[in-house]
Amino acid sequence: MEHHLILRVIAKLMIPLILVFALYVQFHGEYSPGGGFQAGVIFAAGFILYGLIYGLDKVRQVISPVTIRITAALGVLLYAGVGIAGLLLGGQFLEYNVLASDPVHGQHLGILLIELGVGTTVASVMIMFFYVFARP
Amino acid sequence: MTIEIFIDILLLFMLLLTALFIQRMKNLFSAVILTGIFSLLSASLFLTMDAVDVSFTEASVGAGIATLLFLGTLAQTSSTESRPQRLPVMALVVVSLTGLMLIYGISDIPSFGDPGNPVQTYLSPRFIEVSPREIGIPNMVTSVLASYRGYDTLGEVTVIFTACVGVLLMLGRGRKRS
Repeated sequence: MEHHLILRVIAKLMIPLILVFALYVQFHGEYSPGGGFQAGVIFAAGFILYGLIYGLDKVRQVISPVTIRITAALGVLLYAGVGIAGLLLGGQFLEYNVLASDPVHGQHLGILLIELGVGTTVASVMIMFFYVFARP
Repeated sequence: MTIEIFIDILLLFMLLLTALFIQRMKNLFSAVILTGIFSLLSASLFLTMDAVDVSFTEASVGAGIATLLFLGTLAQTSSTESRPQRLPVMALVVVSLTGLMLIYGISDIPSFGDPGNPVQTYLSPRFIEVSPREIGIPNMVTSVLASYRGYDTLGEVTVIFTACVGVLLMLGRGRKRS
């Protein structure tokens, strides 16, 4: 895709906005619609757009398939780890109240962390699907 | 109120029209784009029901990523539908029976927005009253999904991860290091 000048310029303008919007949806999900699932998908869409326009090799230089596999597992690990942390701190599995001194504060921390885990896994898996499906 | 009913009827009519066109379409590229439009119309329908989070998910997953994955699959296979060898009578019977059963099942579902629904009598009021105190988050959908139903969401994430493992096992090997 050497000659698609308009596509390349527009993509360069759009991709940072898409990624920032994904982060907004991720970390503002407690106050507005959104959360880890939607944020992960939007984040992946930014990378996929880059890959579609600049080529699979370029986007693989940004995030290698090996890294993507590790982050996909890390997200699930983070989620389950928050559950185990609640268990170790004297609560039940996935009980966030014990994560901080104040139960409401613990809930905030727990939700933030598990949403981060969801977002990481979803984004990684979607980018991985693109890598696998788009290969010639 | 009446304008909402009008919008609902219009959206459902367009949904039906899109489904019919997807079924008639021989060019799979157009069919894939139409499935994206189908998802967007569904997202609008969810929006009219005030289910903003569901609508957001449908728009980003159904209209966005799923369409892209379909297109990726088409790039690997063919973009025109091959003619079936014979009339798929068995498939028609199965689809008709399933459709009839679903329509029969609708009669048992409580009507949308009915104040007498079990979910409106004790579940929703409990979340509305207690969750600001217990969780302290304005978006109640997030507090239900991430905290009250944390197990369920953990299961969903695991399902997505398992899908990734499955795809990698089927397609990820062999050609990777060439």
